[in-house]
Amino acid sequence: MTAPTFILKSAQFRREREEAWRELEMLLERVETKGLRNLTAAELNRLPVLYRGAASSLSVATAISLDKNLLDYLNALVGRAYICVYGAKRRPEEAVIEFFRHDFPDVVRRYFGFVALSFALVALGVLAGYQMTKADPERYYSFVGEAMAQGRTPAASTKELRDVLYGRGRGELSIFATFLFTHNSKVGMLCFALGFAAGVPVIFLLLETGLTLGAMAALYASRGLGPELWAWILPHGVTEIGALCLCGAAGMVLGRALVFPGRHTRLRNLALQGREVALLAVGAVVMFLVAGAIEGFFRQLVQDVGVRWTLAALTLVFWTWYFFTVGRNRDRDLAR
Amino acid sequence: MTAISLDKERIHRVPTPEGISLPFAVAGVGDRLAAFLLDMLVIVGGTILVWLLALLVALVGLPAVGLSFALLVGFLLWNFYFVHFEIRGGGVTPGKRRMGLRVISRDGGPLTAEAVFARNLMRNLEFYLPLIALLAPGAMLPESPGWGQLLALGWLAVFALMPFFNQDRLRCGDLVAGTLVVKVPKAVLLSDLSDRATVRPAMRPRPTGMPAPPPPPPPAEEFPFTREQLDIYGIHELQVLEDLLRRDDQGTLDGRVLEDVCEKIKLKVGWSADRWQVPVRPFLQAFYRAQRAALEQKMLFGQRRERKRG
Repeated sequence: MTAPTFILKSAQFRREREEAWRELEMLLERVETKGLRNLTAAELNRLPVLYRGAASSLSVATAISLDKNLLDYLNALVGRAYICVYGAKRRPEEAVIEFFRHDFPDVVRRYFGFVALSFALVALGVLAGYQMTKADPERYYSFVGEAMAQGRTPAASTKELRDVLYGRGRGELSIFATFLFTHNSKVGMLCFALGFAAGVPVIFLLLETGLTLGAMAALYASRGLGPELWAWILPHGVTEIGALCLCGAAGMVLGRALVFPGRHTRLRNLALQGREVALLAVGAVVMFLVAGAIEGFFRQLVQDVGVRWTLAALTLVFWTWYFFTVGRNRDRDLAR
Repeated sequence: MTAISLDKERIHRVPTPEGISLPFAVAGVGDRLAAFLLDMLVIVGGTILVWLLALLVALVGLPAVGLSFALLVGFLLWNFYFVHFEIRGGGVTPGKRRMGLRVISRDGGPLTAEAVFARNLMRNLEFYLPLIALLAPGAMLPESPGWGQLLALGWLAVFALMPFFNQDRLRCGDLVAGTLVVKVPKAVLLSDLSDRATVRPAMRPRPTGMPAPPPPPPPAEEFPFTREQLDIYGIHELQVLEDLLRRDDQGTLDGRVLEDVCEKIKLKVGWSADRWQVPVRPFLQAFYRAQRAALEQKMLFGQRRERKRG
């Protein structure tokens, strides 16, 4: 007995819908090369309709067709269209504004415990470095590396130490500021990434920063230059140490997510928290930019201790205001 | 895109709001490495260019401007190249576009800027740090003993080689950001092989000794197959045959392969001996059509026959 022959249902199915697929393919091609803005309003309206049509074609085709090429084609087509339709994101400008007006201060508030812990670690380092160097000046060398010290050692005279605080920038200030910004940002971003190593290196990095600072403070204090050193450090230091603490907090959150996943699976928890705290690191880069500008230009140009203290206080007030109030009202409005 | 190679790929299914689960093929380590190297080529090339520019500006007499410019642009290139392109292009960098790859969110949602930042900040740990460790082992932990440095290097190697340790080829950045790199091939819709209109003699000259292609086959059953003859092969074999026929269309197949396949099929289905000599391509195409009709009809009744009997 001969098997019946007729027009294949799957071939018929394809003939009826092929035109819409081709239309979708053309639209996708344009979106992928030139962006969504390249489409007219009518085409933009058409896109989700065509996508849904193709998606339903795919489900039918998997049920009735054995044409491999057709199935591969539809899979690829619907996949591309899916990314195009559901992957739509906010306009970049909006996202940036949103980041500063809400997302960044909000995430800082949410992980404030870890930021405070980072700060405590730095402070602990400063205290330990200060006390230990005070007790035995020789220890200075083990806390402050040669590259970092740049001649500021217990062997230097008081005048030399003082000159560093008031010396005008030797080279060009723009180079200095850029160098500071890029260098500090790299350290900050690394701090976030190191969180993946269970967070341990982050703790070391924070402590080490504190120790260096403490040792230097002890050296200057022993020559009666303590307040002047802080007036030199804090105008940019408030911002810079703040940014470092944010990166440290991000790293520690990451470490915690990895070691103690909580009620989610480890993979899911890591993804959830990683995305959130990445914002901390990004915001910190912006803060490093500000700190670099203050350190590279302001500190080199302004010698007056009073002005230096004023700026330090101003930055402290600004960041406190920014992190504790900005974007807060909107959360309350949304909750209502 | 052959029917066979797809079986080996790992498929990540994304549930869409329409209620279908879209399969995405997970990108292999090789493709990703190639894409990464392409992007690195741009970054390194860009860095060199910027420094040359700085040198040029310095020669004109503005060394400070050139130097700070080079420092800044170099920094942006090395740290925000991937971020920039992945946010703007929706998960595609020039290197990834070239290799047909794309970053997607594992849970199927849109790829957010946060995720892009998270996955790319991790490169510090996965790539730059191990690179420094390899190029200048002493610079990493200058005061620690040799075994300590070795230990650190081993630890870093774990991070750098993470994609080899899991099936989804996730690197640390993908773990932290909840992302996945998939292949987005641009598949081409070819003509339906079951369409009679597309039955055409092969373009290439046939090997000697073969009968010349016959005139277009009459619409009626030129090669009648019985139900029993179509009850032997399964979906896998059908799709292999499809692949062969399509490659024959494109002219990338040795003509003898089709002859061999034709002989095998005739033997397997018990093609009647008095009609043994058949034109290869029309016979195979007719068989493909009949076989697909039979299998698709079975599928409609809920029976998927994946492989041949025995």
